[in-house]
Amino acid sequence: MKNQKKASTMSTTLAMAHRNLLKTWHNPDNLSDVIIQPIIFTLLFGFLFGGVIAGSVHAYLPMLVSGILIQSILNAAAGSGQQLREDINSGIFDRFKTLPISAFVPLAGQLIGDALRLLLSGLISLGTAFAIGWRPSVNLIMIACVLILAIFIGWATSWIFVLVGLLVKNAELIGSLSMIIILVMTFLSNAFIPIRTLPLFLQSIVQLNPVTITISAIRAIMKTGYWNTEATLVIISGIIIIAIFMPLSLMVYRKNN
Amino acid sequence: MENEVAISVKNISKKFGQHVAVNDISFDVKKGEIFGLLGPNGAGKSTLINMMTTLMHPDQGEIVINGLNTISQSRQVRSQFSVTGQSATIDKELSARENLFLFGRLNGLNRDSAHQRSEELLVDFDLVQSANHSVSTFSGGMLRRLDLAISLIGNPSILFLDEPTTGLDPRTRTQMWVAIQKLVKNGTTVLLTTQYLEEADQLADRIALIDHGRLIAEDKPSELKKLVGGLQLKVTVEQNESVIPTQSIIEKVLGKTVNVENRNLTVILDNNAFNKVSEILDKILASKIMLSSFKIDAPSLDEVFLSMTVGKN
Repeated sequence: MKNQKKASTMSTTLAMAHRNLLKTWHNPDNLSDVIIQPIIFTLLFGFLFGGVIAGSVHAYLPMLVSGILIQSILNAAAGSGQQLREDINSGIFDRFKTLPISAFVPLAGQLIGDALRLLLSGLISLGTAFAIGWRPSVNLIMIACVLILAIFIGWATSWIFVLVGLLVKNAELIGSLSMIIILVMTFLSNAFIPIRTLPLFLQSIVQLNPVTITISAIRAIMKTGYWNTEATLVIISGIIIIAIFMPLSLMVYRKNN
Repeated sequence: MENEVAISVKNISKKFGQHVAVNDISFDVKKGEIFGLLGPNGAGKSTLINMMTTLMHPDQGEIVINGLNTISQSRQVRSQFSVTGQSATIDKELSARENLFLFGRLNGLNRDSAHQRSEELLVDFDLVQSANHSVSTFSGGMLRRLDLAISLIGNPSILFLDEPTTGLDPRTRTQMWVAIQKLVKNGTTVLLTTQYLEEADQLADRIALIDHGRLIAEDKPSELKKLVGGLQLKVTVEQNESVIPTQSIIEKVLGKTVNVENRNLTVILDNNAFNKVSEILDKILASKIMLSSFKIDAPSLDEVFLSMTVGKN
């Protein structure tokens, strides 16, 4: 009857990531964040604002694609804080903690699951745009680079939301807070509109928004087919976010343990 | 094997701020027995479980599980046991089958064995029909059964059950009892907490009574019941003026003092007094006293604690 087996950290982390994805898959709320929202937003913005902003849907798409990509990836990233808090509040984290697994497996599983959710969300944004007529002028490798860049910055941001999830006790509050932050961040950026149409004071705020910088970098890659310094800057800021928020989150997580 | 110790708790204390949740508690649980921690809400049962299952560190004392220390060897300790919490902590979005598979993998089973064990447990706990349904559609009883099944997927040698039947209907409670007794037949050691005297009595080989963080008594259920006193006769009369005559009838027949509270009269029945109950009833009826109830009850947990803690607090 004795069970002395110890599961490897690798396989248990993957099992946990699998759980994370199943949760997204079975939960209409999460599923809508990851899959339905990018589709709806692409269609809505494309057909609603395409004519006004760019003259036609087709002309608007190259601009819209990067905006939707970043918006949906941030949305998916924000979900991680809420999921984490729900897990802590429901008591299932306590159950995980009584298993013969490393204490960090539940957190690692969450973040690997997150990366996959971000990938899914990113692919769906690009796929929807493609379906309504967006044709990228650069090769697949550069598109993959853009996707990886977006996922990386989204994943880095999810560490911020993880910290929020560990500190704020109320899951619904995290959900609405995240939503407000993302709405402000994406709409006060160049995601959906050309900056030059804005009043001057707003232009300077928008220019400082990290979302603007990320989207400019992505647009430049999509246009030229080359990596640029702005993209490198995005990677560096991602690393800085991770360098600050990963240790903080791990510290809070360990303290909770 | 018989007297080998599975869980050894030595002089454990735990404080939350100024509040002493667990105060110098010690006991041993033998391999293969069902050990019951019995106490009211807030007695310190869950804190004790949390410390035994490595979720909390005791301020003082030592807990050893199958020879392994819960603090210095926590990860090895965690491979010895499973916990089923007070509320079923299961992923509600996942199906029963997915939940079982997940916990199989987390307990170190490979994919094949995790699948195989999941199927076995679905059959054992009568969950095959709903195996692919989302757990959020499950009834309370099904949740508890699945919860227990999940706890068993790693074949733990020790099982902690924190109030496994709180809030269940009587039929489901009996089902859980049968499932727990079956486990012990297969050699699992079970430590369960409960607020129900009846449950501890039915299941446990030995019981520890806990109140305000202290261990009040530890013994076999039958011995504890002797300490508390046996069954009680509870009589309620319809009219206030019947209280005194009824009291005198009961006191005359039993030769014991009766507790009176409004129109309720209560007296502890000693073992030999059992056959005098009909005599009391006859005399009451002969005096034309109107009764609203007349019953024999096992002492409630409150009464057990009252009697055990008299003069100690």
